[in-house]
Amino acid sequence: MSAAHPPAEHPHTSTGLDNAKLAMWAFLGSECLFFGSFISTYLLYRNVTGDGPTSADLYDIPYTSISSFVLLMSSLTMVLALSSVQNGDRRAMRIWLMATAFLGLTFIGGQVFEFTTFVEEGLTLSTSAFGSSFFVLTGFHGAHVTIGILMLLGLTVMSSFGRLGPDDSRPVEVVGLYWHFVDIVWIVIFTVIYLIPSG
Amino acid sequence: MATAVAPQQGGLFARPTAKTGWWSWMTTVDHKKIGILYGVTAFFFFIVGGVEALLIRAQLATPNGEVLSPAVYNQLFTMHGLTMIFFVVIPMGTALMNFLLPLMIGARDVAFPRLNAFSYWVFLSAGLFMYSAFLLGGAPDGGWFGYAPLSLDPVTDGMTYYSLGLQIAGIASLAGAINFIVTIINMRAPGMTLMRMPVFVWMTLITSFLLLFAVPVIGVALWELMFDRLFGANFFDPAAGADPLLWQHLFWLFGHPEVYIMILPAMGIVSEVLPAFSRKPLFGYPAIVFSGAAIAFMGWGVWAHHMFAAGLGPVANSAFALSTMFIAVPTGVKIFNWIGTIWGGSVRLTTPFLFSAGFVSMFIIGGLSGVTHSIVPHDAQQTDTYYVVGHLHYVLFGGSIFGLFSGIYYWWPKVFGRLLSEKIGKFHFLLMLVGFNLTFMPFHILGLLGMPRRQYYFPANRGFEVWNLLASIGAFTIAVSILVFLYNVAVSRKKGEAAGADPWDARTLEWMTTSPPPEHNFDAIPVVRHRDDFWYRKYITTPEGESARVFAGGAASDEEQHSSEAASDEPPSSSAEGASDREPNTAGAAPPESSSEERPHAGASAEEQGHGIHLPSPSYFPLLTAAGMPVIGYGFIYSPILLAAGAVMLLVGAFGWVLEPPAEEA
Ligand code: HEM
Ligand SMILES: [Cu+2]
Repeated sequence: MSAAHPPAEHPHTSTGLDNAKLAMWAFLGSECLFFGSFISTYLLYRNVTGDGPTSADLYDIPYTSISSFVLLMSSLTMVLALSSVQNGDRRAMRIWLMATAFLGLTFIGGQVFEFTTFVEEGLTLSTSAFGSSFFVLTGFHGAHVTIGILMLLGLTVMSSFGRLGPDDSRPVEVVGLYWHFVDIVWIVIFTVIYLIPSG
Repeated sequence: MATAVAPQQGGLFARPTAKTGWWSWMTTVDHKKIGILYGVTAFFFFIVGGVEALLIRAQLATPNGEVLSPAVYNQLFTMHGLTMIFFVVIPMGTALMNFLLPLMIGARDVAFPRLNAFSYWVFLSAGLFMYSAFLLGGAPDGGWFGYAPLSLDPVTDGMTYYSLGLQIAGIASLAGAINFIVTIINMRAPGMTLMRMPVFVWMTLITSFLLLFAVPVIGVALWELMFDRLFGANFFDPAAGADPLLWQHLFWLFGHPEVYIMILPAMGIVSEVLPAFSRKPLFGYPAIVFSGAAIAFMGWGVWAHHMFAAGLGPVANSAFALSTMFIAVPTGVKIFNWIGTIWGGSVRLTTPFLFSAGFVSMFIIGGLSGVTHSIVPHDAQQTDTYYVVGHLHYVLFGGSIFGLFSGIYYWWPKVFGRLLSEKIGKFHFLLMLVGFNLTFMPFHILGLLGMPRRQYYFPANRGFEVWNLLASIGAFTIAVSILVFLYNVAVSRKKGEAAGADPWDARTLEWMTTSPPPEHNFDAIPVVRHRDDFWYRKYITTPEGESARVFAGGAASDEEQHSSEAASDEPPSSSAEGASDREPNTAGAAPPESSSEERPHAGASAEEQGHGIHLPSPSYFPLLTAAGMPVIGYGFIYSPILLAAGAVMLLVGAFGWVLEPPAEEA
């Protein structure tokens, strides 16, 4: 980090928190309102199904619970990746990063499958306001997971360029923050969409 | 510490090195250059938006005007509003923040220089993208708040450009906001505590937080609009059971904080200018700061005052009427602070001061007409009439634009090293003030007479003629005043007087370094002991409570002899007159503060000097990444191939960004 630590007699003029981490926290604050607005839209429209299928016709809660579990497990592997890099074990870090990406990919695969099933059962983006808000909310979450997977791959590439190590673990930490956030948002979305009964 | 990292120089990810010429601007990551880019671009859009306004006023100068067709009229008023809000007022504020923020807090740059460049290029692409719609079938025409379901109307792609273009502009604002927040929170010079920060920095911080939380809300609304328009979704179509109020709520939940995003930076500017030219500290600094924060906080609870006519019901209407009246309180607090600052000061009636005074007085008028809107039955009469247009121009033009011009005149010598002419500047101010009131005061009367806004013509014999003609004359007067400003710029570029480091005898850190500042801002990072620290390096307070100049050898070393001389034969209490013929310092740039007294405290900077100051190298990747955004936008509208191309640009840009040698992470 920079050498600009104020001499002790001066009051603090920095949080001491790393810049990149602070930036990520700020960004995640912004993301809360992003998902919050989509979730509000969904809550407004969850019963506006028109002639199309309703949530009760469609949702397969055990199936989605399993894919949610997979996503939550990826937070664990992410933590392991960070602790590996901090311990200087780059090989383990790469393995855990790939494991995290793999679990994320599994979740995305599950989402693709779920979307296809719903479309077959007659719910598309244009069927009803419910359809629009369901697909766009969960779709944007899926896009966030996908971007997270790209960042995990980016980290792996970085480490093959000689970057990342005990002194240079910040990128892993920052990507980790993002990844955990995306997981936590999923818990909220899962609760709102699947667990709160409609009607 | 960088043992694990051996950045390979050259090769695939070599960073550009040009310091002058085109490439240096395209690849710069220097906050000062980026600030200038922002300013020039915003001013360009100001001219464009102004021409649109003039066309509107030409059409409305006489009854049954025939200058514009209805379809073109709709595009022009929409693009005028969008331009002025998203491509003039916000980026002009960002321009000043970019240039000044690091200087004011004693930093070498912002926290993320490349992200800063990225913000600028994204902002520019958003503007060009929106305007390209004129050539590609028709610009947005649904008003700047684009009410869905009306904006679903598929006659042209205009509102699709709206949904995508504003989305892109939002990304630029978000990236800038995050950058400024981190910079202010983490990178202040030693001793620069939060409550010693200049008010402009405070307002930047508050504005950035507003952007951080407001942009995603409109982002969601815009995505939903885009999905409705392009992919047949049903977020806003009442035929499919959708709620037509959804858009209004989302838009105004963003839209009201947005108006504070536009006014708070101007309030920050005024809070710097008035003390400097009253030779007094800002009156009630904590009150100004806290009322700014209070405004930002309460600004989230008033949005439905834009929807009084939408039928929310008496309970909701009353609640929002009350919250709106309450928010006038912290705003009023600030007005009293500014008046208190001028009160009893030795005022110098310079151009920046005049523009600030113009801001305060015009903003009072706009604020008062705003309070009349908060009275629901009253608003039922006013909404969608020219009265509202009058109100919004008193706050946006009389407020933001006057404030921004005050800042432009005040910091111009710092940015370019030369003074603008005071004479021409005062003429500019006078013409603009007269033109402004001539244009927008009649709007109130027209509105009360019942003339609706967004009508491409008005009929004869309703009593509208005189007021409309006056307004049109006023509009062209404003246009002339802008030409006067441009003339002033030209004169200053050619033979303006050299400004020296501190032409205004000002109070804050940015005046401590040369004009224009060196690339690294300060040779030694200043150590801050006071609010208005620079002032206290120049002056001490005598036992009688007066300010007295510290002479060379005192706390402020290296001060150009000229100013100490000026101070001695022109005591602080001298008349306002004496000040306007203040002699600019022609002795050339003073060497920046580097008094030996600082060294012991500035351990960090001394060390840095020893090693040379590391500044971030320029980079291609912000530009490349940003350029991918409009390509993706066109891709959504025209073809998946473009979409893929844009995505590839983003990916390549992002990976290059991460992988290029980390020269900038000092
Ligand atoms: C030469 C100066 C200007 C003139 C003559 C002018 C004139 C106008 C006119 C005639 C309208 C259309 C009213 C209607 O038909 O409903 C309008 C709308 C608007 N103007 Fe200006 N304007 C000027 C400068 C500005 C500035 C500097 C800003 C922002 C800071 C601004 C912000 C707006 C906004 C937000 C709208 C509403 C657009 C909408 O309804 O979608 N104007 N202006
Ligand atoms: Cu409002």
